[in-house]
Amino acid sequence: MRNLWLFISKHNAFFLLVFFFTISLIIFMSNNSFQRASVWNSSNQLVGKAYERANEFRSYLSLAKTNDSLAAENARLRNQFKTSFYDESIQKVIVKDSIFKRQYSYIVAKVINNSVHQKNNYLTINRGSKHGIRKGMGVTASSGVVGIVLNVSENFSTIRSLLHSETKISASVDGNIGSLIWGEGNFDSRFAILKDIQSHLVIKRGTRVVSSEFSLFPPGTNIGYATESETRDPNNALNIRVKLDTDYAKLQYVYVIINLLAEEQLSLEAQNKVE
Amino acid sequence: MMGRTLIINGSRFFVLIATQVFLLKNFGYYNLSVPYLYILFILLLPFGIPNFLLFFLAFITGLTVDIFYDTLGLNAIACTVMAFVRIVFISVTVQRDGFDNEPEPSPGIMGFRWFAFYSTILTLFHHLFLFSFEVFRFSELGFTLLRALLSSCFTVFLILITEFAFFHKKTR
Repeated sequence: MRNLWLFISKHNAFFLLVFFFTISLIIFMSNNSFQRASVWNSSNQLVGKAYERANEFRSYLSLAKTNDSLAAENARLRNQFKTSFYDESIQKVIVKDSIFKRQYSYIVAKVINNSVHQKNNYLTINRGSKHGIRKGMGVTASSGVVGIVLNVSENFSTIRSLLHSETKISASVDGNIGSLIWGEGNFDSRFAILKDIQSHLVIKRGTRVVSSEFSLFPPGTNIGYATESETRDPNNALNIRVKLDTDYAKLQYVYVIINLLAEEQLSLEAQNKVE
Repeated sequence: MMGRTLIINGSRFFVLIATQVFLLKNFGYYNLSVPYLYILFILLLPFGIPNFLLFFLAFITGLTVDIFYDTLGLNAIACTVMAFVRIVFISVTVQRDGFDNEPEPSPGIMGFRWFAFYSTILTLFHHLFLFSFEVFRFSELGFTLLRALLSSCFTVFLILITEFAFFHKKTR
């Protein structure tokens, strides 16, 4: 004991340093939140890392067991291939964007009935009201515009295709807006007519025709390209023959466009009529 | 003689702390070079001071500055370390016997070169601990070292200026 005291008093500077350093450190830690937080964080990180390592090692040891269970699960899933089932699930393609509010979402649907050779053509798809499809929604394919939802049942919907005498789609060519129609002497499923373009404009062959701001479809959706123009109307407007991008005869999968802001827009526009 | 030392050191304490917290707190070069002149008080404590008293005074000085700087404990840590460095430095470079009437480590007594060396070493230690504990992580080590170095230059410069301006009279 005496030797201990001698030792301490001989090196008193060091022990005083330890003493006062500890006191100031305690004061420091308990009064400064950032330092306190970072001490706890770093120790938590240590603990977390240690657990992670241990877990890594353990999972390596049980690889054989995991393989077996995966093989068993594969076999079980193979037995559940759903070729004979009606596919209830819907795939919604959702674009996440924090800058813009999302306006459109898409539902994938398979075309189960199709026609292109009638005067008025319709498609049937295997999605319906159960999946969120409503009358009047736009339908596109990967290549471009397809049509507008006409009738909806629980599991199926019919689509009034673009190839229909009553379908009118607002389209723009070089920023000039006209309405895209089919029929009226043109019953070729590869072409449509873009009407009501001002006649003084010169539209070059090959100019892209896309959906306009006013259409059901997201602005800029592909429709086709201009092939020839003529003034056949009595009111002197320009008619442009449009080669359609979509091959309607070969449609397989289509996307139903849900315009999330449509309700808001319609209710606002409905107020105009009241006044 | 004891009373005179007490009065001198006491008034020095108040003047230096006041200068530090009211004037020098507003100084600095973009947070990169910040002066801490108040450590001159610990530098100039007499040679004969007991170790415990030295540590205690350093601790109190640091804590007083901390209260004004809102960094409770930070300057206390740096000052405690500095007190220890002071004890080691003096025991290495100065012979204990041969002093009369409590001389203090001022340039007038110990010579300019010794004092410059002494203040540089102590300031470096003080600032190193101060800035590294303030940042409290290793990721910005280079920047912390740079800050400590530049601030030490500033502080040492101020210490030497102060010594020449105010305490020159005591030169024998």
